[in-house]
Amino acid sequence: MNFVTRIRALVRKEFQSLLSTRSGRLLLIVPVVLQTALFPFAATLEVKNVPLAIFNEDPGRASVELTQRIAASGAFKPLLPVWSEAEQEQAIARRDAMLALHIPADFSRRLAAGETAKVQVALDGRRSNSSQIVLQYVQAVVDQFMRDRAMLAGRPVPADLIVRHWFVPNLEYPNFILPSLVAIITTIGALIVTALSVAREREQGTFDQVRVAPLSPEMIMLGKAVPAVAISYFQATLILLAAIWLYDIPFRGHLVLLYFAMFFYALALVGVGLFISSISKTQQQAFLGAFVFMVPAILLSGYTAPVENMPLWLQQLTWVNPVRHFVEVVKGIFLKDASLARVWSLVWPLIVIGIGTLSAASLMFRRWEKS
Amino acid sequence: MTIDGHGLDAPGGRQFVASRVVAWRRLRALCWKETLQIARDPSSILIALVMPMLMLFIFGFGINLDFSRLRIGLWVDDPGADAQQLAGALRASPWLDLRGFDTRAEMEQALMDSQIRGMVIVDDGFSRQLHQAGGLAKVQVITDGSEPNIARFVQGTLHGIWQGWQYGRSVDRGQPYQAEVVLEPRFWFNPTAESRNFIIPGSITVIMTVIGALLTSLVIAREWERGTMEVLLASPMTRAEFLLSKILPYYGLGMISLFMCVGVARWVLNVPFRGSFLALWVLGSLFLLSVLGMGLAISSAMRNQFNSAQAALNAAFLPAVMLSGFIYEIASMPTWLRGITHVIPARYFVTSMQTLFQFGARWDLLWPDIAMLALTASILIGVTARLNRRKME
Repeated sequence: MNFVTRIRALVRKEFQSLLSTRSGRLLLIVPVVLQTALFPFAATLEVKNVPLAIFNEDPGRASVELTQRIAASGAFKPLLPVWSEAEQEQAIARRDAMLALHIPADFSRRLAAGETAKVQVALDGRRSNSSQIVLQYVQAVVDQFMRDRAMLAGRPVPADLIVRHWFVPNLEYPNFILPSLVAIITTIGALIVTALSVAREREQGTFDQVRVAPLSPEMIMLGKAVPAVAISYFQATLILLAAIWLYDIPFRGHLVLLYFAMFFYALALVGVGLFISSISKTQQQAFLGAFVFMVPAILLSGYTAPVENMPLWLQQLTWVNPVRHFVEVVKGIFLKDASLARVWSLVWPLIVIGIGTLSAASLMFRRWEKS
Repeated sequence: MTIDGHGLDAPGGRQFVASRVVAWRRLRALCWKETLQIARDPSSILIALVMPMLMLFIFGFGINLDFSRLRIGLWVDDPGADAQQLAGALRASPWLDLRGFDTRAEMEQALMDSQIRGMVIVDDGFSRQLHQAGGLAKVQVITDGSEPNIARFVQGTLHGIWQGWQYGRSVDRGQPYQAEVVLEPRFWFNPTAESRNFIIPGSITVIMTVIGALLTSLVIAREWERGTMEVLLASPMTRAEFLLSKILPYYGLGMISLFMCVGVARWVLNVPFRGSFLALWVLGSLFLLSVLGMGLAISSAMRNQFNSAQAALNAAFLPAVMLSGFIYEIASMPTWLRGITHVIPARYFVTSMQTLFQFGARWDLLWPDIAMLALTASILIGVTARLNRRKME
């Protein structure tokens, strides 16, 4: 048997063990489909349908106009009128309202007299990120309110900034999430397939049969790597198709470039997965290893929170995280039509990670062989 | 010792004995067997005690939604004094990490390459325009829209600096511009609006989900794969005993790691904890039982460790991050998706942990979550029980 035939046989065997059962086949597709269908709608830091309590003590016209403007802005729903401080507190504590506006009795009078009127805004600090965003919404309504009053009165109006958002002009979250999901979801597939497969064979005793066959550890690794890379490509393609055709997100860059970079990402994941499998005796240990790698890798990829907010030492540590680099690659190519130079600057770390983990894995397998 | 029914074999094959009574001595022995198994494989101890700490630190330091210094490019085309003053104000801001560029194209390339997250462009004619009343001054702000959250903060921060500068300028000119309406925001429960204070309680939920799924998703599948399930079935063990022996040891382990997480959050990461330990124990137990139930249900359904692992990863980890309200507001999701979040136990634990940490053990607020967690726990354990019955026949 020559090299190619042996590898082909190994790869066929791997595919068989992955695809022979119905649940095995379903597990490669169903999670991808479900996550692609649900997460783009879930992962939004934009705040909509914000329940707002209004405690208005002012009988004047100005306060009515302000509350009407807030109601008309569309972000707040439902509006909950309250009549006391205690009710206001209760509404926030029970999460019936995320924020409460308290307009004091002298609001209209002060405005008419040309004095500064104060409005108290109580926000639910348990959800401080959403609360801060909501506060910006209220501020925008109030700014417009003041601007319109000044115009009517013929007073000078302060100049405003011209703000434009590049790449995703309306800042829609699905456009940001779906490219990241290409990187996130494929991680699970590639990692589990490689990390657990050797441990499974060891537990079932079939690994000894593979070991006595005329195969070097590297050939066994190659046999495991090919199906994992194929699965990564398959799952990523599913998500890409959904992003482009179902979610109508414009794909600005070059598909060839993305698939080129994906190869090195898959290889880095396979390296990590094989390394985990080379040091675990049982499937539970391999599962644990996969988790210990994956949870930080996904959470620190810049997908849930920006890398630049982390402390510097942690930012530097994320360099060894393949997910971080590939999230940037997909977003860059997808949304920004990233240049070859930019993509290369993200791909070479992946190559380094891949070489490092693969050689560590082959070292461990060789030691295993001798024992 | 209680009297157990004799192992009645159904015509189709083996079955757990019909008796529903739990024999305490046998249960103790089974739990002891499970505990030995946990102790023998160091990975269970690692899962329950080391991993939560690791994850808590990652969440504590790595997930931070408070932007400290935004990287912004500045391009000034206007030689006028006003433009230079504005540039000075931007440079002086502690919120910005301002960068200059030799050409405008270079700055745009930096935005393309994510080196900067926004640019401020002061066009020629800015100073002249400022002296005309009203309208738009020629200052453009361009953000990196591929990062919507950062883009919003860039916009908000620059808006604030711009308004402050205009106010300062109006004071200098002797005609201070006075805002008619001033908002006085107050963040209840979390006065400094620190994101860590709400992310840590939420992340303990994610951690517990992961721990629970990891601990149990393989245990029943492992018995099947190794053939020891047959041995257990041949013994006079009841189904209740079997389930309890699979739940109790992991419940104990899980509770230890929950209390460890809360302790580290409180005393090491300095997140205020205002709740009571009784409330934490009640909520934590119900949540843990739900998560263990989910792991066991997956394990019983798959009977195969490899598939169980994959299913548990997908069913536990990502939904707990995405659909629990831990970072992403559930109210902002479309109605149909809000409906789906109701079946995710993590959702109830996230809200109650946020209340427990930042507000206190307010039972009137907690009981809906307690009720829902009790429901999810009984459903998931019920499903496991059912799955194990059907498989026997």
